[in-house]
Amino acid sequence: MTSLDLSIALPEILLSLWAMVALMAGAYFGKDRLAAALTWATVAVMILLAILVGVQGPEAQTAFGGLFVEDAFSRFAKMAMLLASAAVLVMGMDYLERAKMMKFEYPILVSLATVGMMVMVSAQDLITLYMGLELQSLALYVLAAFRRDSVKATEAGLKYFVLGALASGLLLYGASLVYGYAGTTRFDGIASLIHGDHLPVGLLMGLAFMIAGLAFKVSAVPFHMWTPDVYEGAPTPVTAFFATAPKVAAMALLARVTYDAFGHAPGDWGQILALLAGLSMVIGAVGALSQRNLKRLMAYSSISHMGFALLGLTAGTEAGVKATLLYMAIYVTMSIGVFAFMLTMRREGRPVVAIDDLNLLSKTQPIQALALLILMFSLAGVPPLIGFWAKFAVLTAAIGAGYVTLAVVGVIASVIGAFYYLRIVYFMYFGTEVDALDDDGAPAQRWLTLAAAAVTLLGVVNLFGIEGAASVAAQALVH
Amino acid sequence: MVGLEHYLTVAAALFVIGIFGIFLNRKNVIVILMSIELILLSVNINLVAFSSYSGDLVGQVFTMFVLTVAAAEAAIGLAILVTFFRNRGTIDVEDVNVMKG
Repeated sequence: MTSLDLSIALPEILLSLWAMVALMAGAYFGKDRLAAALTWATVAVMILLAILVGVQGPEAQTAFGGLFVEDAFSRFAKMAMLLASAAVLVMGMDYLERAKMMKFEYPILVSLATVGMMVMVSAQDLITLYMGLELQSLALYVLAAFRRDSVKATEAGLKYFVLGALASGLLLYGASLVYGYAGTTRFDGIASLIHGDHLPVGLLMGLAFMIAGLAFKVSAVPFHMWTPDVYEGAPTPVTAFFATAPKVAAMALLARVTYDAFGHAPGDWGQILALLAGLSMVIGAVGALSQRNLKRLMAYSSISHMGFALLGLTAGTEAGVKATLLYMAIYVTMSIGVFAFMLTMRREGRPVVAIDDLNLLSKTQPIQALALLILMFSLAGVPPLIGFWAKFAVLTAAIGAGYVTLAVVGVIASVIGAFYYLRIVYFMYFGTEVDALDDDGAPAQRWLTLAAAAVTLLGVVNLFGIEGAASVAAQALVH
Repeated sequence: MVGLEHYLTVAAALFVIGIFGIFLNRKNVIVILMSIELILLSVNINLVAFSSYSGDLVGQVFTMFVLTVAAAEAAIGLAILVTFFRNRGTIDVEDVNVMKG
């Protein structure tokens, strides 16, 4: 029994063991001279674990007396998170080395955060949920303040810590209420207590607090205040990490809580999620209009995209969950492409992040500019690129569940959002003359940008088969 | 007779004081850290009260986890605060404003 439990949680155990081994290696031998080697090794471990997760059996298995589940849904999320973390580690290395920030703690913190995320998406119990969430959050707080000697980075870390801890507090207070009124912390136990379409008041209060806490983590409006500051202040490789894997984990956790524990009463939490989704889509799009800093712009862009992903969850149907999973996978791919390019942006050796720095990029780096154009069109949701099909899927799911007004709001927000993505394209192709950006070195980032652009372009054929995987994952979650 | 509702009332009061401590506080980041502790402790009171009321031990196990995580969280929060102080020379809430959110 125990050995079976351990084999089910094997990917998490291996990754946390790897983090500890790497920590010991870093502490005892060589310190930061090992950093690059440890980062590459972590990338290899993550890719191997993604394969390991992928080949696990098709049926759902629970471990540790029902606290932890390994099903198609968690497999989908875990593979997305592991691959995203690996990609972020690869693309951050050149930047960190040039900024003299290549410390051996970096891959270790990323590994630990990833372990936390993997536990989150496998949680079947409020305690597992909380432990996974905190393991992820604590590692992320440290990562945000990773550049210790920078005022902006430490301020970002401090803000993220205070608001993140507040979010954990809200979530926990909700969890305590749910425990009190349900008498159990297990998701299946909570689900079995819900009869009829509506939740008892106590459970509804608890759920509302929990959704508020999780909305902080996915940076949904009105809990989004930290996002622009943290994205701007944190070192760019860390920002790239924030924009990818943790978002998938938080969204998957939100889906777990709403569908697994409270799946019998979709009308009750659907209203809360609908409000969050509508506000996020609109305020994310409007807030980005006035941004001149690419990192802040991507922050508002991620708020808007999270709104669209929430739209899928709001639907409360299998099609909705499938659309959300597809949306997250596609959003992460596009984000990796854009951030990989941002990591190469430097002028005379110094990193720059303003939109104006992209002026006439098409003259100096035509291929990169073309890749960025494809990614921006895809983020804006211009057909026939993959980003359009992601938006199409969530909007269809929302209309299918009767949220027609919300879908209309989504379309309007997407049109507003198109303005600032297209403005970047305008700057790249028709902007004014400025000093060119450096185009030396950093081959890994450039190839990642090109690869992401290729995926957004070629993915329209069959989405590389992830649609089938997302569909199986959604079936596993929605009973 | 002290019943479940009394404990829940105390916990709710502590929780609200904690939330207001974070948002209304204009002085010092340390006060914010104390408010966060207050929120987590209110949750613990809730959990133990519910656990004792329903005769189910899981709530007290949960409390143990929350206590340990709260300790780790305070350690990391203070560490970040120290690095912030080194760079900025102050820990006033009003000075955490290099970036406008």
